[in-house]
Amino acid sequence: MLRKLLIALAMVAGAAQPLLAAEGASDPKAEFKAFRSYFTNRFPKLALDDFVNGPYSMDEGLRKQWKAIDEFPPYDFAIDKGKAMFATPFKNGKTYGDCFPNKGIGVRQNYPQFDAKSGQVITLDVALNRCREANGEQPFDYTKDDMAALTAYMAFTSRGKPMDITIPDDPRALAAYTKGKEYFYTRRGQLNFSCASCHVQNPGNHIRTEVLAPALGIMNAMPIYRSAWGGMGTTSRRLRTCNSQVRGVPLPGESEEYRDVEYYLSYMANGLPISGPGTRP
Amino acid sequence: MRTRTLIRLAVLASVAGFATAAFAASADDYKAAAAKADAAIKQAHALKNEWTTTGAAMKAAKAAADAGKFDEAVKHAQEAEALANGSIAQAKEQEKLWPDAVVR
Repeated sequence: MLRKLLIALAMVAGAAQPLLAAEGASDPKAEFKAFRSYFTNRFPKLALDDFVNGPYSMDEGLRKQWKAIDEFPPYDFAIDKGKAMFATPFKNGKTYGDCFPNKGIGVRQNYPQFDAKSGQVITLDVALNRCREANGEQPFDYTKDDMAALTAYMAFTSRGKPMDITIPDDPRALAAYTKGKEYFYTRRGQLNFSCASCHVQNPGNHIRTEVLAPALGIMNAMPIYRSAWGGMGTTSRRLRTCNSQVRGVPLPGESEEYRDVEYYLSYMANGLPISGPGTRP
Repeated sequence: MRTRTLIRLAVLASVAGFATAAFAASADDYKAAAAKADAAIKQAHALKNEWTTTGAAMKAAKAAADAGKFDEAVKHAQEAEALANGSIAQAKEQEKLWPDAVVR
């Protein structure tokens, strides 16, 4: 009897081991603390909330330009377009607001979320397309224009609200967070850069004419009007551009890797205000 | 004297041989080089770690082959294979190395 009990215990322990190992690989709370300390120690004079302003928090000259640009923000047209789209009913009479808590107003800070049903990370962009499809509409392209306008409006309604991302007590959620972290720190492309090469190791430094933004709060300004694009772009568009810039083949918009890295970075930005839609050089 | 002549002949022969190998690639040579490059590209794609330069080299190889410039086509296909192999090696190396970069 005792032998059977020991065998059963050993089997349970063996089965639990991979799960425990996976959990041991990531400790979001400790990593959040370390990530925050890294940036605040590196830029001790910078106000914490200012990190969300990306390169403008790093460079005085750029900051002055940004202040001047923001007198007539180039993303304003996207907010107006997004607002009109948001209020326009689908063919079945329902609206985007019917798909979100609080009718979609002031909820951007809660995305991405882990969806227990699908076992995947759902970004705001994916939630919007799910809403469209659930109401008989075609999904939008994940990189620009219509999707950028909708997310610009939703971000605007959340301005100043602190990022509030949760990792539920579900090993799949922790796995998604860990995959996002892995993507962030993995070098790729012929130039052998990771996201962290620029945004952890070199914020404030230049790559050609660009001032690199800190990773802390980097998602809070999304979507962005980027002068280099001459228009608006979503998080997926920005990630795809990063991939191309290091000579890596970009992934499809809102691919699992992009959603997971957004989940990881947004969790790291918890407590920092939403500043989107933003402008970037 | 005889040795010097032999050396000269050997040098001439090797140069001629090199020239033949370098400048007389055939359509079959291109097909073989392209097949090897495609196999490596497929592997890099499966690892979700392709480089943009690999695709550019393959495109150049196909264009050269279409123009009947098989020596050039082989050169570009070999370049594409080398780049794809570089991206495969990077992906495998990074599987082990990325945790070292995590902020702690």
